[in-house]
Amino acid sequence: METSRFRDGVRAGLPLALAPLLFGASFGLLAVDAGMGWAGAIAMSATTFAGSAQFAAASILNDGGGAAAAIVAAILLNARYVPQSLAVASIFPGSRRRRLLESQLIVDESWALSGRSGRFDYGILAGVGLLLYPLWVGGTALGTIVGDLLDPEAIGLDAAFPALFLALLAPYLRTRKARVTALVAGAITLALLPFAPPGVPIVAASLAALIGLRR
Amino acid sequence: MSWIVVAVVGAMTILFKASGPVLLGRRELPPRVASVVEVLAPAMLAALVVTQTLGGDRELVFDERLLGVAAGGIAIWLRAPLIVVMVVAAATAALIRLF
Repeated sequence: METSRFRDGVRAGLPLALAPLLFGASFGLLAVDAGMGWAGAIAMSATTFAGSAQFAAASILNDGGGAAAAIVAAILLNARYVPQSLAVASIFPGSRRRRLLESQLIVDESWALSGRSGRFDYGILAGVGLLLYPLWVGGTALGTIVGDLLDPEAIGLDAAFPALFLALLAPYLRTRKARVTALVAGAITLALLPFAPPGVPIVAASLAALIGLRR
Repeated sequence: MSWIVVAVVGAMTILFKASGPVLLGRRELPPRVASVVEVLAPAMLAALVVTQTLGGDRELVFDERLLGVAAGGIAIWLRAPLIVVMVVAAATAALIRLF
């Protein structure tokens, strides 16, 4: 087995371990308030495993926005997983069924960390995902019982993650093509954020990758 | 009613995440497609940075996150390890929120 490669991934993910627990608990609390019940909250964390979309769906239900609005918002927010998934398509080994299962370990954090050496690494992606998944689901379960553990914003976790992604972006900026692509993607996101529904700016920014067609 | 949300969002997200590894798999991509996939990482990372630093509900929000990320940027520039970058960004945002 690839146990040692997973171990590298688990180690790479350790600095992030607190976040899914705290954000998971916040989600669990919000989901119960929104009338999803403890089972619905845990089921959503276990199947969707993507923070921003889950928070959006639960907030909309909590505000009485209706199921259709919650579904559309969450799907738009998670649409970024299509380009992210395409980028790592080739690193997953094994049968189609195994790839289907293990591809569920793709979350922003595991995806971004697995590319830190400039090319995507399966062991890191799977290891980080395997570490974060039980913490996210467990944090959710805890949140449905005891409520918030600690406000993630009070300890600045909402600033830690964009900083992490910036650090992971930095090594790519050595080549001119990647630099231009990142700049265009950032500009598209910035331009759309004030107008477009959440999630749409990121997906639109993935079109910047068409710059890759230029020599 | 919320079970419909759980089921539909869960199913769609599973499909989104599986799209690459299941549909493309390990097959060799045509060079033009490969050159686009190659720069997807910097594009998506840049979009994540901007969204998580300034994103609100259809608005740009300039708050403690931006200052935290700026401090993290200095740490990156000084070649600090990832964990240090995250702690610097988090501590900066948390401290400014205290005052």
